Amino acid sequence: MNQVLNLKGNPMREVDKAVARWLKTNTFHHSEFWDMQELIRAKEKAGISISLCIPTLNEEKTIGKEIIVFKSELMDRYPFVDEIAVIDSGSTDNTIEIAASYGADTYLSAEILPEHGFKAGKGENLWKAIHQLKGDIICYVDADIKNIHPKFVTGLVAPLLYRPEVQYVKAFYDRPLALSEGLRPSGGGRVTEILVRPLFSIFFPQLTALMQPLSGEYAVRRGLLETLPFPIGYGVETSHLIDVFRAHGLDAFAQTDLDRRVHRNQSTIDLGKMSFGILQAFLNRLRHYDIVSELPEVNGMFRQLQAEGRCYEMLNREIIEEERPPMVNLPEYLKRHGLG
Amino acid sequence: MTKEPAQKTIDQILDKRQSLKTLREILFANIIMAGEIPAPTGCERALTQFLCDRFTEGWLNDISRDQAGNVAAVLPGANGKRNLLVAAHVDKIWGESEDHTVNVGVGRMSGRGIADNGLGVAVLATLPLVLEALEIQLKSNLILLGTTRSFGRGDLAGMRFFLEHTDREIGAGLCLEGMNLGRLSYSSLGMARGVISVDSKGSYSGPDEQSSGAIACLNELVGELLELNRGGFPETKILIGSMEAGSGFNVPPGKAKVRFEIRSEDAHLVERVETEVKSLIGRKELGYVGEVTVEMIAHRQPGDLGADHPFVEAAHHTLSCLGIRPNVEPSISELAALLDRKIPSLTLGITKGESRHSPDEMIHLEPIFDGLAQIVSVLEFMDESGFEFEG
Repeated sequence: MNQVLNLKGNPMREVDKAVARWLKTNTFHHSEFWDMQELIRAKEKAGISISLCIPTLNEEKTIGKEIIVFKSELMDRYPFVDEIAVIDSGSTDNTIEIAASYGADTYLSAEILPEHGFKAGKGENLWKAIHQLKGDIICYVDADIKNIHPKFVTGLVAPLLYRPEVQYVKAFYDRPLALSEGLRPSGGGRVTEILVRPLFSIFFPQLTALMQPLSGEYAVRRGLLETLPFPIGYGVETSHLIDVFRAHGLDAFAQTDLDRRVHRNQSTIDLGKMSFGILQAFLNRLRHYDIVSELPEVNGMFRQLQAEGRCYEMLNREIIEEERPPMVNLPEYLKRHGLG
Repeated sequence: MTKEPAQKTIDQILDKRQSLKTLREILFANIIMAGEIPAPTGCERALTQFLCDRFTEGWLNDISRDQAGNVAAVLPGANGKRNLLVAAHVDKIWGESEDHTVNVGVGRMSGRGIADNGLGVAVLATLPLVLEALEIQLKSNLILLGTTRSFGRGDLAGMRFFLEHTDREIGAGLCLEGMNLGRLSYSSLGMARGVISVDSKGSYSGPDEQSSGAIACLNELVGELLELNRGGFPETKILIGSMEAGSGFNVPPGKAKVRFEIRSEDAHLVERVETEVKSLIGRKELGYVGEVTVEMIAHRQPGDLGADHPFVEAAHHTLSCLGIRPNVEPSISELAALLDRKIPSLTLGITKGESRHSPDEMIHLEPIFDGLAQIVSVLEFMDESGFEFEG
């Protein structure tokens, strides 16, 4: 029997084999899906509808462009997307007005399922989108992309059209700057490389196959989304990956290379906040699956230092990763979508 | 001369403007995409590919890319006996590494090159859909052309190459420029462009140069160049476009450059001033320790369709129906190459804007529909008219 070897010629462990196989079969490049006519045919054949959801909070600088490009290319020119919705957390700038003026359906997150209250966080918008939107596939795209292009939607939705077993498609971007001895780094962001990948390597090594597990662009089947709990803050993506992996395995995922994503750079302070939220969500999932017993109680206080001149002070921020239940547990949802 | 067609009525033109609003998102998306693709002169491939893709999606005929990098496509006419050309230069003044992000606000977009000529390219890409939306089928074939190498040393090379090599006889032409709406060019100036370089070769010839290197010599030269300006009629001007020298506060530069342009409605005067510039440079070099050289990089011949040409009258009439004050100005861009070949042609601006050639170049969106209605009305007039050149 042939032995599978890794790049250094050593025998591969089962997990490495699984990752290598998955990388080969479930990693795509957006250019594979350039033919819009073909995509429309595949969509019609599958008989499914597609909703595009853009969660926003004060994104007036980039939202107009996203709506124009998506509406023109994916609705007016080609009937690929059935609805484009902006779900807003309460912007104080002109985000909502601009989005509406260019033809998006706009919703205030606080006004969706009001009986369940409103929590501030991107995950809240993503969760409420499941209730509000109609599509069989929901494609989430962040609002801060400067180099917007239809591929941000087609590249993510297409694998769901062609591969029924795939449930959840993640985006990844950017080529590495340099090659080293024929290997290339995975190209994740700073939080991915410093926090998430090390954690995945220890607890869920197969998930390290995802190039950019934290990317804010992904397309998911409704049937899966409605079963997932939703952390409302930074941990939503990490939590999803763990839940989907535990329930359906690596083959439920695919990932698509979208080449390049230009967005505003985040400060180290902001990345620290993000990491703290992700870590909370991660520990919650460990506890949920009883993977590690006797974990310390997670407290919501995050501590950073800041300096002004020679004056140093502790800056404490409370970052609470609250959680929403699976949408399918809500009677309102079941009623609205005829699932009661 | 053939009988000229009737002008469109105000109602017909305003109806067009209204109907075109159904294409709003498609047009705006094209502006964003054409605006965000870098296309410095000589490196326009990505933007011409965008045009090519749009032409392909629009099922146009004979989509082609020539040796100069131009991209062309044909929308067949009802009888196809004649050919109308609509052209937009695709090159921009900005380098590939500059940020070309387009910012979209309420009623406006801004970004490098969005007016010159991202908007022109976007309108060219959208024109087949515009005609379809208005249910207009021209009798003539409509050739849509994205031209390369318009700016600077490019010297209209794209348009010149196309006109030299196309096997279709072009009956009339329309050049699209993003801004400003109301711009109407039907003549081109005689023009010569050059670069003067001063190189001190490591030596300084006097106390002035010791303190300021090649800059002192260049400064004197610029003063003398401007003295060559001639008033009277036709006026001949020397424009100083840019200067470059040095990199700090305390090191006299060894090299300096000035880029200039000579403009006149009289080709002989352009030639005469060019000769005077060369002679000035020769004298300057004799008295300078280093090297002073001039390189002429581009020339245009003057041309004029004539203010009473039917195309010009049609353009005036259309602008007047739309309530837009015409801004008649001679052109030194693609129009010059068309008029050179006695092809009756105009250049039209598409929308209002601000800060042209700055990083914050900005266009207003609503007036674009006036610009489109204007373009379509003039095209229809050209299609129904004779193609005489009376200049």
